[in-house]
Parts: sequence; structure tokens; C-alpha cells
Amino acid sequence: MGARTLGLVLLAVVAVAPFVPMGGMREYTIHVLVQIFIWSFIGGAWSLMGRFGLTSLGHGAFLGIGAYTTTLLWNFFGLTPWLGGIAAVVVTAVFAVIVAYPCSRFQVVGHYFALVTLAVGEVVRLLIIAERDWTGGSLGLTVKPAGHDGLLALQFADKRVFYYGALALWLAGLYVWSRVDRSMARSAMEAIGEDETAAASVGIHVTRFKVGITVLSAVLTAIGGIAYAQYISYVNPDTLAGIGVSLRIVFAVVLGGMYSMLGPTVGTALTIALAEYLRVLFGLKFIGMAETIYGLLLILFIIFLPAGIYGSVRQLVRRRRPAPVAA
Amino acid sequence: MIDPLFLAEAALNGLLLGGVLALLALGLNLIFGVIDIVWIAYLDLVMICMYAVYFIVQVHGWPIWVGGLASVALGAVLGLGVHLLIITPILTSAPVNQLLATGGLLFFLQSFATFLWTTDHRSVRLTLPRLELFDMPISVARLVAFVLAIVVMIGLYLFLTRTYIGTAIRAVSQDREAMALMGANPQRVYLVTSAVGGAIAGVAAALLIIQYAVHPFFGAAFGPLTFMICVLGGLGNMVGAFVASFIMSEVIAVSGVIWSTEMGYVIAFVVFIVMIFVRPGGILARRG
Repeated sequence: MGARTLGLVLLAVVAVAPFVPMGGMREYTIHVLVQIFIWSFIGGAWSLMGRFGLTSLGHGAFLGIGAYTTTLLWNFFGLTPWLGGIAAVVVTAVFAVIVAYPCSRFQVVGHYFALVTLAVGEVVRLLIIAERDWTGGSLGLTVKPAGHDGLLALQFADKRVFYYGALALWLAGLYVWSRVDRSMARSAMEAIGEDETAAASVGIHVTRFKVGITVLSAVLTAIGGIAYAQYISYVNPDTLAGIGVSLRIVFAVVLGGMYSMLGPTVGTALTIALAEYLRVLFGLKFIGMAETIYGLLLILFIIFLPAGIYGSVRQLVRRRRPAPVAA
Repeated sequence: MIDPLFLAEAALNGLLLGGVLALLALGLNLIFGVIDIVWIAYLDLVMICMYAVYFIVQVHGWPIWVGGLASVALGAVLGLGVHLLIITPILTSAPVNQLLATGGLLFFLQSFATFLWTTDHRSVRLTLPRLELFDMPISVARLVAFVLAIVVMIGLYLFLTRTYIGTAIRAVSQDREAMALMGANPQRVYLVTSAVGGAIAGVAAALLIIQYAVHPFFGAAFGPLTFMICVLGGLGNMVGAFVASFIMSEVIAVSGVIWSTEMGYVIAFVVFIVMIFVRPGGILARRG
């Protein structure tokens, strides 16, 4: 069975999954799957930058800006999330340029870049908390219910609507990923990731490419944040901005493997499954224990599986099978 | 309009806070300069040491200097532990893996602290005399912390310039490969650096616990600030970080009084971005 057939079968399974009778478990299964789709999309958006050595530890900033812009516009002005989403994307893009331009213009790379973005993520979180009069501070904000299902308000009682929406979003993310993968920008970005000065010397416009990929990654992340906020219909500075969520995104991607299209999805599915398992296991007892184990596993995975799970498995399969001619 | 006296008081507090921030930036810079890895969880090690001082002094009633010494020792042990258990296996990994591994440590320490000690804020109460300068109350705790931070920094400077291992540490931070060729043992240098970096975290913890309450997310409050200071000063550049600490602490303290603490961080970040524009290689970099 070829990879294409396998992919189509899997897609078919995913497409009918919400209608499989699972009794009381159906709501929960759908809930977990929706989260996997949305966070995989966000992880994919992160990997657009991450694979080229632009290690951002502050993608929570873009999630937060996206989710909060849309939610605030809806709650205070009744603006539909579709238009609010466009506004959020514009705001995120401008913000990404403000951060990315000085960073790439002045060669803030590697660990410096990671630290700058980490600070960015925290600052957005603190800004949300500081503006507590509108944003509700650390208590978060509930997306005002529209009272009825509607495409305009992007609110639906039936989780299955969100399921297909999230699925479409995820597929769109994979499409963007493969477009970037096959583009000229990829070669340029890889050259920049290897050696900026050398890349510039062969005529690659380093700043333009770096800012461009950062804006693309940030905008997709913001869209993911909007989708998540609409689905959960609640926004909180700790779950949508700051270092915690930023590190979770990076961890999922690195665990899966950031150099392959499905790596972020595999990693996200595993980390969400793990987080859900630990949550159910500990419940309300031993507060903090689930996160403690999560952190411990994170360290262990990084030490023992540096190429990520998907990456390691692929290496293993490649080694077993002779590489196909003219791949 | 805000009373100028309040602003002067804020500026003074900023100055005093700058000393401890400089110490933190120095510890982080030392480790980065030698091992080339940023410990994302550095401030969380400080948090653990602060809890140690709290339990020794506030719960068990030992004098504060015992707590301080214990904190320094614990910091050194934690530093060694981090290096041996986490950093050594990933010394040659991709930067993203190195950052994530210490990021995992951050998760681990924060949640383990939550699990053990809940999210309650805990502080050490010392009875200290009050001082006044031109009608401005001066916190003696802050003054002591400032002076001790400066003393420790001078001590570190002497250690790095006057001792054999200190010279080796500076040599490694200049050229890692050449150092091994000269017959020095990089692993030993790494271990000493990690222990010293950890000990500095312990000192900072003892100086912070007499001014601030500790809670599991204490690291998140000071971490980004320390990172910004290191980048602003130029990572690995100790003098730059020292100057940057005072700039940032003044920004935080003054705008904290005018608006709010959170807003202070946001303003500090804006200053930070502007500074990267103006002086990309760090504030003390020569224009190339």
C-alpha cells in the first residue's frame, strides 16, 4: 500500500470519526481531536520558522494577540470574528514586523533570538494582565455568547462543526507548509540558517526573507489562537500567552520532529494525549504533579530522542529500506 | 501629576534593585559565556533557593546568615546537578534542544514547587531599622541587598582575574577549542562555572527573599527581565549587562510607580526594542 493510499484511508477515517458511535465518550473524543488539530496547526506554524534556525520561544505572543483582538472586538463592539480575525491578523503582522525587523536587521540570532522572543511572549502576557479593565486580567475573559448558533458569530453548540472547521484548518496548515517546503524561499531560508553572511553575499535579501517567514508564522499562529478562543469561548493570558504555552508549542514540534510535514502533528497529538492522560490520572489531587511529570518527560525526551519521535522513526525506516531511486 | 518625591523614591529603589539584577545577569552571562547554553530555568533555581532560605529562617528560626550560606551552597549543588544531568548529554545538540531541555527544567521546577509548597506567597520577615534620606524612607533590606550584590560581583571579578581556574574560565569563554589544545580540562572548567553560576543564583535568592515574597512562579516574574538585560548588554558581556541592569531596573521602578508593575515590564520591553535598534551589538559594543 503506497503512502498516498494510506494517507487517503487515514483522512477518510478522520472524516467520519465524529459519526462513529462511541457512547458517552464521543464528546470527549471530539474535544481532544479538535484540540489536536488546532495545536498541530499552530505547531506547524511555529515550525515554519523553527526549521530554519529561528527558534522562537514567544509564539504565545501571537496566539494572545490574535485571540484577544478578536474576542475584545466581539465582546465590546459586536464585530464578527471574521472581520475581527482580519483585524487580529493585521495587528499580529505589524507586531511581528516590529519584533522581527530589528532582530534580523541587527543579526539577533540563535540564543539571543530565543531570549528576545521569550521576553516578547511574557510581555504580551503582562500587557494583557495590565489592561485588566478590558481584558479581565489574569481571570481571563469569556467570549460573549451570541445566544444562537451562527456562522457570523462563529459559535456552535455542536462540537462536530468545530471538528470539521479545525480539520480544514489543519489541512490548510499542511498545504501552506508544503508550499513553503517547495518554494524558493525554503532554499534561501536554509542558506540564511546556515550562514547569514554567506547567504547575503550570494544576493539573498536576508532581512526580507526572515521578516517574511516570521510574519507568515506569526499570522498563522494568531489564526490558530482565534480558532482556539472561538472553540473554548474563553481566553486567558496564561493559556494563550507567556512562556508556558510558548514552550509547549515548541516541545510538541521538537518531539514530533520539525523538519517533516507531519512532525508537528505527531508531536502535538502525543503531548496532548500525555497531558490529558496525566490530567485524568491525577484529577484534582496532587496539584502540580501532572505538570511536574510533563516537565521531567520533556527533559528526558530531549536528551534521548534529539531528532524527535517522527524523525527518529523515519530515520529507522530509511535505514531498513534502501532509498528509492530518484526520490 | 505624581509627586516628585515618589519618583525620586522610585528611582532610588530602581537603583537598589539594579544591583541584584546585575548579579543575576552576571550569573547567566558567566554560564552562557563559557558553556554557550542559556539556562532558561536560571531564575527558577533562584526560586528554589529562596524557598530554602524561607524554610531555614522563617520556619526553623535560624539566623538569616545561616539561610544565606545554605542558599549559596544549595545553588552551587543545583548548578552542578543541572550541568551533569541535563547539559552534559546535550552539549553538542541543536540550540533548540538545549533551550528546550532547560525549558523543561523550568516546567519541572515550577510545578514541583507548586506541588510541594502550593502557590501561597511566602516571605521572610526581618526586623530592620528604618533609614531616611531627605524625607524618603529607604528600605534597609534593599540597601543591604544592593551592597552585598556589589561585594559579590567584586569578589567574582577577583576570582575570574586572580585565580588559575578563573583565568581558565575566561580563556574557555574566548575560545573553547583552543583551550582544550592548551591542555586545560574543559569538563572541569564547565563544572566550576556551573557551580559558581549556581552559587550566584543562591546569593541572589538570599538577597531577593528579604525584599520579595517567594511563590512557584517567581522565576517568571524576573526571568524575562534578566534575559532582556543579558541581550541588551550583549550576551556574555559582563560590563554591558551591568550597565543594562541599572537602565532596566530604573525603567521598571519609575514606570511601575507611574502606571503599574505589569506596565513597567511592558515599557521596559519597548525600551529594549528601541535599544536593539540603536545599539544592536549591546549597549557597550563598538560600532563596526
